This record gives sequence, C-alpha cells and structure tokens, in this order.
Amino acid sequence: MTDTNVIQVENLTKKFGDFVAVNAITFEVKKGEIFGFLGANGAGKTTAMKMLIGISKPTSGNAKVAGFDVFTNSEDIKKNIGYMSQKFALYDDLTVKENITFFGGIYGLSRKKIEEKRQLLVEELGLQNIVNELVGSLPLGWKQKISFSVALLHEPKIVFLDEPTGGVDPITRRQFWEMIYKASNNGTTVFVTTHYMDEAEYCDRVSIMVEGRIEALDTPKKLKEQFKVNSMNDVFLKLARNIE
Amino acid sequence: MNTILYIIQKEFKQIFRNKGMLPIISILPLLQLLILSNAATFEIKNITFSYIDKDQTTLSRALIEKFDASTYFHVITDFPSIKEANAAMAKGEVDVILEIPRYFERDLSNQQDTDLSVTINAIDGAAAGVQNSYINQIVKDFDKKAKILMLPPSDPLNKPKNIESIPSSWFNITLDYKTFMVPGILVLLVSMITLFLSGMNIVREKEIGTLEQMNVTPIKKHQFIIGKLFPFWVIGFVLLTIGLIIAKVVFNTPMIGSLWLIYFYTAIYLLVILGMGLYISNFTDTQQQAMFIAWFFIVIFILMSGLFTPIESMPYWAQILTEFNPIKYFVEIMRMVMLKGSGFVDIIPLLVKTIVYAIIMNGLAVWSYKKTN
Amino acid sequence: MKRFAGFIRKEFYHIFRDTRSLFILFGMPIAQVLLFGFAITNEINNVDVAFFDKSKDATTQEIINKISASKYFTNKQMITNDAEIEPVFQKGSVKAVLVFEKDFSEKLTKENKTYVQIITDATDPNTSNTINSYLNSILQNYQLEINKDIKAPFQINSETRNVYNPELKSVFTFVPGVMTVILMLVSAMMTSISITREKELGTMEILLVSPLKPFQVILGKVFPYIFLSVINAIVIVLMSIFIFKMPVEGSLFLLGFESVLFIINALSLGILISTISSTQQTAMMISLMGLMLPVILLSGFIFPIASMASPLQVISHIIPAKWFIIIIKAIMLKGVGLSFIWKETLIILSMTLFFIIVSIKKYKIRLE
Repeated sequence: MTDTNVIQVENLTKKFGDFVAVNAITFEVKKGEIFGFLGANGAGKTTAMKMLIGISKPTSGNAKVAGFDVFTNSEDIKKNIGYMSQKFALYDDLTVKENITFFGGIYGLSRKKIEEKRQLLVEELGLQNIVNELVGSLPLGWKQKISFSVALLHEPKIVFLDEPTGGVDPITRRQFWEMIYKASNNGTTVFVTTHYMDEAEYCDRVSIMVEGRIEALDTPKKLKEQFKVNSMNDVFLKLARNIE
Repeated sequence: MNTILYIIQKEFKQIFRNKGMLPIISILPLLQLLILSNAATFEIKNITFSYIDKDQTTLSRALIEKFDASTYFHVITDFPSIKEANAAMAKGEVDVILEIPRYFERDLSNQQDTDLSVTINAIDGAAAGVQNSYINQIVKDFDKKAKILMLPPSDPLNKPKNIESIPSSWFNITLDYKTFMVPGILVLLVSMITLFLSGMNIVREKEIGTLEQMNVTPIKKHQFIIGKLFPFWVIGFVLLTIGLIIAKVVFNTPMIGSLWLIYFYTAIYLLVILGMGLYISNFTDTQQQAMFIAWFFIVIFILMSGLFTPIESMPYWAQILTEFNPIKYFVEIMRMVMLKGSGFVDIIPLLVKTIVYAIIMNGLAVWSYKKTN
Repeated sequence: MKRFAGFIRKEFYHIFRDTRSLFILFGMPIAQVLLFGFAITNEINNVDVAFFDKSKDATTQEIINKISASKYFTNKQMITNDAEIEPVFQKGSVKAVLVFEKDFSEKLTKENKTYVQIITDATDPNTSNTINSYLNSILQNYQLEINKDIKAPFQINSETRNVYNPELKSVFTFVPGVMTVILMLVSAMMTSISITREKELGTMEILLVSPLKPFQVILGKVFPYIFLSVINAIVIVLMSIFIFKMPVEGSLFLLGFESVLFIINALSLGILISTISSTQQTAMMISLMGLMLPVILLSGFIFPIASMASPLQVISHIIPAKWFIIIIKAIMLKGVGLSFIWKETLIILSMTLFFIIVSIKKYKIRLE
C-alpha cells in the first residue's frame, strides 16, 4: 500500500446466505480524491460501503481504510471517517446546535473546539436563524447540508456519503457539491455513492457496480472515451445493457 | 467519560422535549398510585344479603337483626320463596341467601337441633370462603346467646373446656390494605416506566435510522449502554422519591426501616430492569415487537410478584419461576424494610440474587448490542 | 369494495410477515393463561409458622403436632424467648408465631380456660386473616375432641351451599379475568401502534390521498386484528374448558357474540388512542401505562369491586373490562341468557360507539 492510498480494497466479498451482494471487488482510493461509487439500486453499493465503514463484516477479501484493516480494526477506522447515510441521520427532536454538540462530543472534541466549529458552521452555512430550531422542522435540503457538515466535524480523513442528494432540488444539489469540493480541497477524501449520473461527472474517478461486481473504474473522461459516448449516463446504460 | 456525558445530555433533552410523553411518565403513574392503592383490597365488605324467613318469630327476626348489625353485611331484602331468591342471585343482585326453616323457634325451645340453609354465590371462591366464615361466626354467636336465653344455667363442673386464641397483628395492627399495597404498587409503577422506556429506546433509534449513525462513530459499547441507561435510572429514582413522599403524606405508610437501604437496593434493582429493557431493545427490530415482549414479561412479573396473591399459595413449580422475577424481590424488600424494619443483614440473600441478576442482564445488553453485523 | 379487500389483504400480509410479533401475539396469551390459571390463587398452603411454648406440656405438644401435620402449615422453628419473635418475622419466611401461656394444660383442666396468642405478620392483611382463621379452626377441632363427652342440648347448624363454584376454585375467577386483560390490552395496543406507526413513517398520508375513504383505511387496519383477537379468544376459552375445567353453562354463541363485541370495544379504544398520539412511543405508553393497572385492579379481576370505596366503584364503571368480566362469569358459570346481561352488553356497546365517535371527530379536526 502506498502512502497516498487511503482506501485499499482487494476481492472484498459479502454473502447473505446464497446471495452474493458484493462479489470480489477490488479498487483503491487516493488521498484527497472524490471517488464516485455508482450503480443501480440493489447493485451492492450500500453493502460495500457498510463494510468499509466497519458496520458490516465482510465474508472474504481484504480491505484497509485509513490504514486500518476492516476485519480487525473497525473501531479505529471509525475514528478517522465521517459518514452521512441515505436515511437522514441527525436527531429530529434535537436542535441544530444540540446535534452539533452531541456529535462533536461523541467524537471526543473538547467543549472549546465544539464551540469554535459550531460558530464556523453557522457562518459558512448561514444558519444564524435556524441554529436553535429542531432539525425535524427544517426542509430536507438544509438537513442534508447540516448533516454533511456534522459528518466533517471531527476532521476525518475520509468522508463517506451514501446518496447524499436524494430528493433535493437542483440548486441545493449544486450547493452541496460545492461543499464536497471544498472538503476535498482541504485534503479530505470523499467517497460518495449516487445514482444521479450527472453528479458522476463531478467526481475525480468513478466506479460502476453492476450486480455486485465493479464493471468499470476510471475518470469520467476516460470512461466516456472507452465506451465512445458523450455522457456518463450513456456509459451507465451501455454497461447495464451488456449485462443483460 | 466525557462521551458518556454527551449521550446522557442528549437522552435527557429528547425525553423532556417529548411533550406527549412527559405526563405519561410523570403524572399518570403517580395518579395511579393515588387511586389504585385504594382499590387493591381483599377485605370483603358490603356483602348483599337476603333471607327467606319461613318462621317469622321473635327469634328468627333476632337472627336477621344480627346480620343487619354486622358491618360486613348489608341486608337488602326478604324473598317469599327460594325460587325468587335464586333468580335474584342469577342476576347478580344478591351474594348470600339465608333460609330460616319453619318451626325454628319451636324446635329450639324443644331442645332440638335446627338447620339453617345458606346459599353463597361462589364464583369468586376466595370471597365466598370469607363470607362463609363471617356467617358461621354470626350463627355461632347467636347459638351461644340462644342457649343462655332458653336454657337453665348449666352445672359449672360440666362446662366445656375452652382454648381462647388472642390474635395480634404485627406490623400492621389495623390490617390496613393500603399499608400493604402502596409500597408494592409503587414498585410496579417504577418498574413499568423504566422497563418500557428502556425497551423502546435503542430499537427506536434503529427504526428511525440514527443508530447506524451511532455505529460508525468510535463510541465504545459500554459508553453507549451506560449513557442510555443513566437517564432512565435517574427517572426511576425521581419516581420512587415522589412515590415515597405520597406514601408518607397521603397514605401515612409506615417507614420503619432505613430509607437509605431502600435507595441502595433500588440503585441495583433499576440496573436489572434497565439492562433487561436494553436487551429486549437490542434483539428486536421494531418498537412494536419490543413492546409486545416487554408487555408479556411485565404482566407475568406483576401477577407473579406476590403483590396481589401470595407466592406461598402458588404451586411449587410456579414458586421456582418467581425466583426469576425481579419485581418479586423489590416488592418483598420494600415491605420488609418499610413495614417490618428489616435491616441490611435480613435482605442480604435477596440483594445477592439481585446483583447477580443485574450483572447477567447488563452483560447481555452490552453483548447483544452489535456495532458490526 | 374490491379496492378495500385489497387493502385488507395488504394489512394481513404486514402482520403475517412479521413472524416474531405473530409468535408473541399467539404464544403470549397461551403462556399467560396457563401460568396464571395454575399459579394465581388465594388459597394458602405450607405456611411457615414458629412456636413459642412456655408451658411444654402434653396439651401444647398435641396442638403443635396437629398444626404441623396440617397441609396448611409447616413447623419452621421453636422459639425460646420473646426477643426472638421480631427477628423471625424480619427475616421474612415465618408468617405466624403461636405463643402458649405458662401452665397451659393445668389451667385448662382447673379453670376450663386457657390462652394461646396467635401473632401474624399482618403486612399482608389477607394472608394474615386466612392464617388466623385456619389456625382457629384447628384449635376448635381440638377443643371439640377434648369436650366430646359434654353434649349440648341443642345446636343451630348452618348448612352452606356454594353455588356456581361448589369447590371454591379460584381458577373460576382468575381465568375470565386473565382473558379480559389479554384481549383488552392486546387489542388496544395493537391497533394504536399499527395506526401511529403509519403516521410516523409517513405512509398514513399516502393512504389518505388514495381513493379509499378515511374510515375504510381505519377499518382496513383494524379488521385483521379483530380476526387475530377472535382467534385468541377462542384459544383462551378452549383452554379454560379443557385445561381448567371451567363449565360453560350458558350459550357458547352468546359468549362468542359478547367476546366479539368486547374485542371491537378494545380496538376502538386503540383507535382513539392513536388519534391522540403522534408517535408509536406515546401510543404504547398510553395503552400500557394507562390501561394495564386500571384494568387489572379496577375490573374485579383480582379485587372484588363491591368492597371498594364508593368513588372507586364509580370509576370502575368506566372500565369496559369490568362489564365484560361480569358477562363472561354470568354466561360461563351461571348459565344465564341475554335477558340477564343486556344492561352490561348495552354499556359496552355504548362505550364502543363513544370511542368511535370521538375518534372520528378528532380525526376530522386533524385532516382540516
């Protein structure tokens, strides 16, 4: 493993009984990269991601995240990653401020540090008016932006985003991607699953999963050349058709 | 340590923010303590009594007056025949029918035995037994009086030998049911609230999806469990304290033993219940399942706690089962310490069992909480 | 109608797919009825007693033997001084101490009268009373024995006939009670949870914008539970007949009708709870915390209502379970027909209507 690879995956497999959800996938992610993890619903993206963030034990294969083995050191991995799930994961019955304090505390940030981070966040996102509102009362777009910021609170090496922009309007999606770029510029590696093919264009590199296997992996530009099409959408369609 | 504080803080905020829930966990149980403690009594009073007087003499009327004078019976009516009386019993209007035979007085004056016939609605077998003993007592007294009245004074040498028993009721001289029930009902309420809340807690986060978020944090299993337990532990203590105040002020329940001992025991007892709740919460998928299981156990715990019906009356196998009932221990200890003034040494056997139970339940809770599937 | 049938089918799928809950729903009542049918009883057996014999003569020894031989009492220990009495109670197991006075036998022969003190642990007044009366009857029997040569000129005897339950079995009171508690709580809890669950998950809105009418939605949700509860009721009745040998003197058909009525009553109470709670947690806490103890304590299940203070008797009127227990006992044990229990039936019916009307009102307000 080289110094620049923060995620290194070899033949990672997950079986549920006879069903092979993830079939011997191999890839690596470099530091600071925005890595798009694409696939249709049920292709195994979320399962693969759950193995990388240490909440699901792989059946076989190898994987290291932030230098730690997913089999033996999953708790160490958790100190170095941030995660934002598909199901929205802040507490609806706590205010924005309380959510920030809570998650900061869980990751072991000091009171002072939490306070600093919160002020920074409030300023950056323009949360002045809603910082004392219950999260449950906020529109989805806000929730997701705050959720992402909370996932970055403890300055993780890698942040995992599971379909972060599902169900929000194009403008919010745009703003969200600006936040992703900013994190990436600060040196955070971003691992993002999505099924919006236009979002795939924003990634440094993308992998496309079909029925548990990675069928393609490269920069969006090279993938388009390889498949001789103009958009990632067409790449995806072509791949899906090949399988059928 | 710090991490635990953050979880505790968060749990408390969530509890106090849920406006629908607050009255249910505070006012409802205390109200029930106030009202229901009065309901739990086996004392048999207000027995509706009816009679068929076929004799219609001074003596037969004197007998009925005896029943009328008793505080247990409440004489409602006489029936011309047993047929009407039985119909009234079928309707549920009377509990007891006394039939005085024709020639009641005449037979007795002729120094002949006479038979009264008594019919008791025995659907509630225990109450019927008590009613029967009240009736026998009255009849026996009446028999004695009748003998004095109708017979010449007997030869003192031929007097029957008499063993008198003097009953003394210790620890509850007035045989007050409330004294007996208040500590027990308080135990039930504290146990129910803490078991239900802790049983729903983790599974609720599972259902909402926030548990996954917790699982990707570096939080330790024991930190998580302790953080979750603590707020309910505090709630249990607050409820117990208010309940004890109500017991003292409203019901004037004696508190002979040490309150510290009660609190010390409660601290350990609550761990059993909370550990059990979290364990249920961990192995269920929905709040619904968790509640059904919690309900199943709490009903069994309540009815087999010795609170309402004595454990000694249960068949042997059931008595063994009660050894697994934490509520039984708590009920017993509350009564021992509060009413009898039992001390630390007296409760050691129960205390040890509770500690073992607490260790097992919390071990299970920590073990069954899996951050990784 | 076809759409509605499809909806009901969906609800059944939901329930039958969750095998764990299903197992609990059917297994729980069976386990509880068995357990309580056998275990809950007021009869006393093998109570530990201690003796403090200051006289130690033939008579006291005979009495002690008689008591120890009875199946109600076990001779736990002998005490030798007054100071020992209290600790014996504080330890917990001994429920009564008999103290025989000095020169017991001598006094009995010379003065025809002697005293024994029965000290009971009266923290439980009921057990204390029962122990007292059992001990007294043993003493009285002994007295009859030693007095058998003296014949009273006449005797007033009372002959007691215990109707409806000649053997005074406590099972006959407890089984109807357990059945009522189970039907009430399971039905109310299940409906209130399953409706609030849809609310919480947001699927209620989807159902409400569907062409189904709101009452159809509710009815569809409730219907499977009527079915489940009826099965539960049937199982419990069968168990009480075949295992606990309860008679069914009256009509089984009437029993069935009344049970269905009561189940619908409990379900509509569940609907009412769901209209006033927004989360499953609240619904559950109301149906568990709010219903459990009142149903157990104020329904006449364990404690006779007639003995309660009048304010409590008034409160007990609003507990549907109280009326149902009266009905079951009347049908099963007394064998009476509808003409004897129409009042109770009507009360349950009107309570049901009341719950439904209030739910509809609450429901409408929310939709507007």
